[in-house]
Amino acid sequence: MIAIASFGIGNILSLTNMVRYIGFDAVVADKPGDLLCATKIILPGVGAFDYGMKRLSDLGWIDVLNEVVMQRRVPVLGICLGMQLMCRSSQEGNSKGLGWIAADVVRFDGAGLRVPHMGWNSIEVSNPNPLISSNYGEQRFYFCHSYHTVCDDPSDILATARHGYDFTAAFSCNNIYGVQFHPEKSHRFGMSLIKKFLEL
Amino acid sequence: MLKNRVIPCLLLRNGGLVKTRKFSDAKYVGDPINAIRIFNEKEADELLVLDITASKENREPDYSLIERFAGECFMPLCYGGGIRSPEQARKLFSLGVEKICLQTAVLENASLITEISREFGCQSVVVSVDVKKSWLGRYGLYASSTGKILPLPWMDYVQRSVAAGAGEVVLNSVDRDGLMQGMDIELIRIASSSLSVPLIALGGAGSLDDIKAAVISGASAVAAGSFFVFHGPHRAVLITYPSYNELETILNSSI
Repeated sequence: MIAIASFGIGNILSLTNMVRYIGFDAVVADKPGDLLCATKIILPGVGAFDYGMKRLSDLGWIDVLNEVVMQRRVPVLGICLGMQLMCRSSQEGNSKGLGWIAADVVRFDGAGLRVPHMGWNSIEVSNPNPLISSNYGEQRFYFCHSYHTVCDDPSDILATARHGYDFTAAFSCNNIYGVQFHPEKSHRFGMSLIKKFLEL
Repeated sequence: MLKNRVIPCLLLRNGGLVKTRKFSDAKYVGDPINAIRIFNEKEADELLVLDITASKENREPDYSLIERFAGECFMPLCYGGGIRSPEQARKLFSLGVEKICLQTAVLENASLITEISREFGCQSVVVSVDVKKSWLGRYGLYASSTGKILPLPWMDYVQRSVAAGAGEVVLNSVDRDGLMQGMDIELIRIASSSLSVPLIALGGAGSLDDIKAAVISGASAVAAGSFFVFHGPHRAVLITYPSYNELETILNSSI
């Protein structure tokens, strides 16, 4: 069962639309318990880091997520803020993140850089991986964010994009996958990525 | 590198798609769902849908129609028209809209931007600014709900909106709307040189060269209505969107 975690801060409908279009069935998990029988989890998210962590904690998601993702090793895909919540901390707020991957979230920093980084950008695959093929020609995705993740271990970086400088566009560590862009809003490029994740 | 977005701007009136000239003379151009399907197939960068009578008629957004739009869009969707409260914004986001575009309500109550961006992030709040030249030739802030130029310096108003939490600005030239004779490059230059957030230029694009000129003047994105819905000298309705290669060729050469 594919579960999309719905803790009130993501664009759930766009994701379900795409998952269904690809030909899979997704369950919108409104409460943490719905994740217990999931075989794939998508963790979406839009908005501020602290607000996202507060929602996860207030509604009792954190323990269940830790159990399913860190102990039972169910594949999970974090999207945008969902990816950032997987990290240890964020410059955007004071809350601790889920801490599933050795990474932190920092603000885009550069003179004359327009922030948010909003729009379509192409990505470069850094490490061979099952989600993003490296021989597909130019792949572009829709981004919309002011903060980005920084991994301790460069081998966790799947792909980078450039906005002033190269930053992590996708990472993974074991069963944990995160993408900074919005595959559900990236036409066939995003469709391919989501399909590959669901077929893992 | 971040690409400059090229965004079809669709105007809604009573559930149908229309296109205006200088903000009046609205001509019916078809069914919005059909148009959105075509833009989706052609892999448009993003869509901007504005209900141009919701605020005037003090109406709520047409939620069921917007939900159908979102279901057709595998690209970002920004909706504007009739949004006056965070509750309405919340409902729109839950239907699958990425961004909401605020205008009329913000002229009366700028704190609405702050309230919505605090909850959903500034990237999801777009402020739309209509600028019209006065008879003296000065740019002024235009209130489409009353048809008057407001006694407010327009750029101050843009800056205040960004400071309040708007993550993007749609700058529309009323005088160029629907004419397809080029965009107001001077206006775009003034705004982009003092903005730190992305600027979406709107009004007047009639060719890819017009779009390119706006990008060279600093627009992060260019939106257009007529350019994507009319074809030929007699303005026959034909929904089109340039191919990715065409856009890459024109926008990435000599910038």
